[in-house]
Amino acid sequence: MKKSVFLGVVAATAMTAGFASAATLDDVKARGELLCGSNTGLTGFGAPDANGNWVGFDVSLCRAVAAAVLGDPSKVKFVPTTGETRFTALASGEVDLLVRNSTWTFSRDNDLKLDFVAVNYYDGQGFMVKKDLGVSSAKELDGATVCIQTGTTTELNLADFFKFNNITYTPVTVQDDSEAQRQYLAGACDAYTTDASGLAASRATMADPENHIILPEIISKEPLGPVVRHGDNQWGDIVRWTYFALLIAEEKGITKANIEEVAASSTDPEVRRLLGLEGDSGVMMGLDNSWAKNAIAANGNYGEIFEANIGTSTPIGLARGLNALWTQGGLQYAPPLR
Amino acid sequence: MAMASEAPKDGFRLSMLIYDTRFRSFTIQVIVLILVLLGIAWLVDNTIQNLAAKDKDISFGFLWNRAGYDIEQQLIPYTNDSTHGRAAIIGLLNTLVVAFWGCIFATVIGVFVGVLRLSKNWLVGRLMTVYVEAFRNVPLLLWIIVVFVVTSETAPQPKDFKVTAEMIQTGAEPAAQKVLFDSIAITNRGWFIPGPLFERPLPTINLGSMSINLTWLAVVIVLVGSFWANRRVLRHARLVQEDTGIRPVTWWKSLLILIAPIVILLVAMGFHLDIPVFPTDDAGVSKGFNFQGGILVQHSFSALLIALSLYTGAFIAEAVRAGVLAISRGQTEAAYALGLRPGRTMNLIVLPQALRVIIPPLISQYLNLTKNTSLGIAVSYLDLRGTLGGITLNQTGRELECMLLMMAIYLTISLIISSLMNVFNSAVKLKER
Amino acid sequence: MSDTHAETAFIRTEMLAPALPPVTERGAIKWLRENLFAGWLNTALTLVSLLLVLMLLAKIMPWWLNGVWNANSLGECRTIAGPEGGACWAVIKARWHQYIFGFYPQDAYWRPILAFGLMFVALAPVLYYGLRSGAKLIGVVAVLTVISLALLDHNIVHVLVIAALMAGLFALSWVAPKRLVYVTLLYPFIAFWLLWGGSIWKPVATLLGFGVLVLGYRLVQPRLGVVMGTAIGFVAACVYWLFLQGFVTGALAGLPPSLPAVGSDQFGGFLLAFVIGVTAIICSLPIGVLLALGRRSDMVLIKTLSVGFIEFIRGVPLITMLFTASLLLQYFLPPQTNFDLILRVVILVTLFAAAYIAEVIRGGLAALPRGQYEAADALGLDYWQAQRLIIMPQALKISIPGIVSTFIGLFKDTTLVSFVGLLDPLRGVTQIVRADINWKGIYWEPYIFVGFIFFLICFGMSRYSMYLEQKLKTDHR
Repeated sequence: MKKSVFLGVVAATAMTAGFASAATLDDVKARGELLCGSNTGLTGFGAPDANGNWVGFDVSLCRAVAAAVLGDPSKVKFVPTTGETRFTALASGEVDLLVRNSTWTFSRDNDLKLDFVAVNYYDGQGFMVKKDLGVSSAKELDGATVCIQTGTTTELNLADFFKFNNITYTPVTVQDDSEAQRQYLAGACDAYTTDASGLAASRATMADPENHIILPEIISKEPLGPVVRHGDNQWGDIVRWTYFALLIAEEKGITKANIEEVAASSTDPEVRRLLGLEGDSGVMMGLDNSWAKNAIAANGNYGEIFEANIGTSTPIGLARGLNALWTQGGLQYAPPLR
Repeated sequence: MAMASEAPKDGFRLSMLIYDTRFRSFTIQVIVLILVLLGIAWLVDNTIQNLAAKDKDISFGFLWNRAGYDIEQQLIPYTNDSTHGRAAIIGLLNTLVVAFWGCIFATVIGVFVGVLRLSKNWLVGRLMTVYVEAFRNVPLLLWIIVVFVVTSETAPQPKDFKVTAEMIQTGAEPAAQKVLFDSIAITNRGWFIPGPLFERPLPTINLGSMSINLTWLAVVIVLVGSFWANRRVLRHARLVQEDTGIRPVTWWKSLLILIAPIVILLVAMGFHLDIPVFPTDDAGVSKGFNFQGGILVQHSFSALLIALSLYTGAFIAEAVRAGVLAISRGQTEAAYALGLRPGRTMNLIVLPQALRVIIPPLISQYLNLTKNTSLGIAVSYLDLRGTLGGITLNQTGRELECMLLMMAIYLTISLIISSLMNVFNSAVKLKER
Repeated sequence: MSDTHAETAFIRTEMLAPALPPVTERGAIKWLRENLFAGWLNTALTLVSLLLVLMLLAKIMPWWLNGVWNANSLGECRTIAGPEGGACWAVIKARWHQYIFGFYPQDAYWRPILAFGLMFVALAPVLYYGLRSGAKLIGVVAVLTVISLALLDHNIVHVLVIAALMAGLFALSWVAPKRLVYVTLLYPFIAFWLLWGGSIWKPVATLLGFGVLVLGYRLVQPRLGVVMGTAIGFVAACVYWLFLQGFVTGALAGLPPSLPAVGSDQFGGFLLAFVIGVTAIICSLPIGVLLALGRRSDMVLIKTLSVGFIEFIRGVPLITMLFTASLLLQYFLPPQTNFDLILRVVILVTLFAAAYIAEVIRGGLAALPRGQYEAADALGLDYWQAQRLIIMPQALKISIPGIVSTFIGLFKDTTLVSFVGLLDPLRGVTQIVRADINWKGIYWEPYIFVGFIFFLICFGMSRYSMYLEQKLKTDHR
């Protein structure tokens, strides 16, 4: 009795009452705010700074979507999610969009009723070992103790890799990246395995990065990307094409700095369509025609976002690699905008 | 007023349901029942609607699917080809084993500290107070992390036990040595302890998914049999003592009954210890990453166990102290008057009486400890929450089923513990005649 | 006779100055001998303890003393501390505000501080009903609040206004301590408004519901009696909250005064721990009282339900309740409902606390002598009158230490909310601090800082509850 009254009061005062209906776009517009599921803190990909502003590679995509939908990249609320709670948060409508280095897999796409709409980072699972261990290949890790983060696809990959190569290992599950790093440095495990990007970030911040090597084997494909709820195609399209817009912008050399100039001067029909000068691309998605322009203006194009957050000029120092544009030998490829 | 209670028998008015104490409780209960049923129906209806909206169903079929992940500590055989159901059982056993040892250690620590806190030694008393207050006033989560990290930072790595080629040339010793007659290696991955091995084991019987290891069954049967026989001997001795006043000498009989059968059995089965060693090549140079052989007590297990024991121990110490202080001073004085030394006074007079005061809070501390094992999540100890409520939930996305199952299991464990302890409590309770 | 005696020279007229006890029986040596070296066992214990303490200090002190306070990243810390290493306290200096307030807007720190200060004002009447000593507490709290505001908030107007407010409350508590009860009753709404901001009319409109309840009761009670009065008042209030309040709030929304709204996602650190802990304890008290009464009830059904609820909640770990809040509550609530995680966590933690509070209060009820119940019956009081006037005031008083220790336990357990992605001070905030490339790899310093604050708060509360226990003891046995 007491409980229901309490709920009643709660429902009435409704601090942030959101509604997870089929039309996510309408909800977002009505709310005037995008709810973006993020990591609880992953260096370079998404973490709040000293002033509480979220920054990072994944965070920038959220801001781009907010800019495309609401015209303002700051109208995002970030909801930190853990490995266990992330998909439930999305499915229950607690967030509109999950950008949290989640791997696109068959079962997540089909069994969990989620939709992965794009791949914003092609990653792969690797191993880091200390140099003095004298190991040069992951296949030499027979009998080793391996630190691994729990609640991820990496533990399944690890089991499969060792099973397939017919070698044994002892897993040491850890809760988060910093704990894994500490255990690895203390020698509680011989190798640390996670996404290669995460290994690079960890290595970069160690006191003695030269004493650690990342083994050449990449044992899995880890396509990481934004996730939306199954069944809302319009919203899925918006997120997908916002991402593609960032890619096309890089392809066409449109940056945060020169976007106004390009918009004023460009004669390239695809650029004109992208920036909303021609056609009705925005209206078709239920958005403003300047959606892509807003998204690009928020944080720059894909390349800029990459370089600013995790690129070689940052302490994390990831090379573009697979994530270079297709024109430069990478996998990032956007379908034509027409 | 006395007349008023003899209400007129004729005429039942509706308002009597509220104002007549004979009917009121009935009315209230009916209303509450209706409200509760409505509430349950509301919840169930919501759940059905939500499940339908998400295109999900309730099914425990996933428990029979391949789990695909590895668990570092397994009390019964498990591989990543086993099912999610078996992984949950592994997790449950891991929960139980921490809870079991945790209760024992916490009790020992608690009694010890509780008594020491009353010590006349100023330094010891203060130190114990510091311990109790520090553990009671800082979150358990922090203590688990602290114990885990401190033990893993201070213990040597397995690497430090290795013998390298240079060491053989120069005759130097490795940085770390095994302890206890070169049998136990304490590393920051855990304790490598000797494991039992049998040269002539008895066969294992397979009963469907269950398998019974006859070797261990035989050991358990012999041990239980010896204890039972020993008790018979002791009871006999007591009866003789009561009859004649002279207690027959029993110690050699007890010793023989307790030790001989199990030794004979172990020798017959060819029991020996499997000492953990680093594999070496012909020249004696260590290779590989870890010790081979023996049993590895995982670091996460030992750290969680230590932290839980110390934390709960602090609370038990308070209960013990309160219990001891509740025993009137006269009891101690009487014991001194009888010529008992302080130690024996504590053991024979004070503690047995204090036990009655201590047991109820002790029960709730045991329950707390058992529930707190779920904080093994902080050191990624794969207990029930880590397997069923963690990785399985995460891989299958069946949060409703996993959570309900997990709650049911925790509830069952708690109810079993509290009922067992209540039985014990009524056994030691002061029998009032 | 007396003369001769007076002249006898060999009889002393004054006392000898007492000789000092032997050197082993006085001063520091006596203390040492009795307290540290009495018997060989005691001596051994002393030596072992001393050795342990010294070893610990030798291990920790160099690291501690070599701490670095001014640096912008862990790398800088390492450089400054040099090869022997040292603590990097600079991280605390850079991020302490996140450990205390989470992401709460910096220019609005005065709001949580004021809410925190007012909490003690609201507590004073509960702890010292009508006593002057409550005023002393309020005076201390007022001074502390104003000082911390002056340090954190650079807006002099805020500080002055709040100083005036606190001074007013202090004066009120001095002149008419009983009036402070109104502050207590209004406090939940004031605190809600201060913390979350927005229009003041939202909490006022909710408060109006209680007005509806009282009004309904007043109207109906003379005609249909207390029970029907309460029931109808209650139903009317519910109807108001569920259906009418929205309109009232909507109509008044634009009116001043209002504070900038702060979303729950910006709560973190100790602020979050306090919001969850205090809300849960306050809300769980009435539920706990009802459950405790239910458990002692003669009605089989009520008793069974209460026992079932209490034992269920006490049988499962808090962490499963938190996962329920995060993962399952969405299944049990009507489709399309969705309110934020902190609120869901608060609800589940409230239910959790209610079961424990119920047991504490049941203990208080059981401790009351049977004669109190009989006396109430003898006076002809009905059940609720007896509870309200005789039983509950005494039972609650006995239960206060238990309630405080439940609160301490709950407050410590709020650290578990990090497992559902909330920013608790211990792991949540530390995790985001470590995700910053500047502080990645930092380990002990945040834990020590947070652990120290937890210790101060919990130790303070437990000592205070012991003091209260002494003070409230009115049975002169």
